[in-house]
Amino acid sequence: MKIIVGGKFKDYPEGLRLSALIKQENVETPEYVTVALNDDFAEARTFDEIVLKEGDNVEFLYFMGGGGE
Amino acid sequence: MSFSKEQLERYSRHIILKEIGVKGQKRLSEAKVLIIGAGGLGAPAALYLAAAGVGRIGIADADRVDLSNLQRQIIHSTNDLGKEKALSAAESMRAINPETRVEAQVCFVSADNIGALVADYDVILDGTDNCPAKFLINDACVLAKKPFSHAGIIRFRGQLMTYVPGQGPCYRCAFREPPPPDAVPTCSQAGVIGAMAGVIGSLQALEAIKYFTGAGTLLTGALLTYDALTQEFRKIRLPRRESCEVCGTHPTITAPFDYAGAVCEIAP
Repeated sequence: MKIIVGGKFKDYPEGLRLSALIKQENVETPEYVTVALNDDFAEARTFDEIVLKEGDNVEFLYFMGGGGE
Repeated sequence: MSFSKEQLERYSRHIILKEIGVKGQKRLSEAKVLIIGAGGLGAPAALYLAAAGVGRIGIADADRVDLSNLQRQIIHSTNDLGKEKALSAAESMRAINPETRVEAQVCFVSADNIGALVADYDVILDGTDNCPAKFLINDACVLAKKPFSHAGIIRFRGQLMTYVPGQGPCYRCAFREPPPPDAVPTCSQAGVIGAMAGVIGSLQALEAIKYFTGAGTLLTGALLTYDALTQEFRKIRLPRRESCEVCGTHPTITAPFDYAGAVCEIAP
């Protein structure tokens, strides 16, 4: 199936869970990533339950604490 | 108030823009902006907003200028080493534009002072260097119904979003709560390319200018991310979260508060 990850089409097998996608995509500091799935935020505790489907749009958002110092 | 001949010349490249004009320039001259942090992001934002003729600019920081700051904090010079950043920044801003009223606040923001600080200004720019401070600014601005620009930078990446009361999500809608100390890298640990601060801080200044003049659309309901290695900008749609602790339907945060350890996180 085709899903959109970070704005790019990617091919993944059917039945892929969000938690597996996070591993496959080598997400940095996965414990603290924010996931926007289609037009909603996915709760971290549900990453393992969410089964992705064709056309899903996944965005990984990261903390960027820098700016001053 | 009408502009003098000198002011018309100083701001001529703004005034000629149909999106700004004399009307927009007048709005800028009446605008009040608070910049929290006179560091990487605050430096270009403060310089551009002073140059743009923003009427009043507050700049808050309790740090002193350190040699390791000068690679990116272009509002400070080698001569300013050891000086309070807020004072050094204020000097540079006044040198660019003596018409701007600059208010240097030599302090770190905390739950105790942030309410009084933001109350005095129309728009707030977050140029801080740590997540707890970014949540503090978010909460204080949401509670005081003040628009603000959030931004963060690390390595070759940066991102920003704009909050306007009643228009889309706040920072907490997306990011919920700060990660534990040292869980995600800071610029001092991971590094940051100096010009990244220039890109993202300038975008924050642009958001403020657009807010006051009404030009274009703001980054409300969107996170703009920038990767300098691939030169890619992406605008990611951000939904509002009804269950948000501060801007949601049933907020549980009703006053700004400090996360433990936040103050210690800021390197002297």
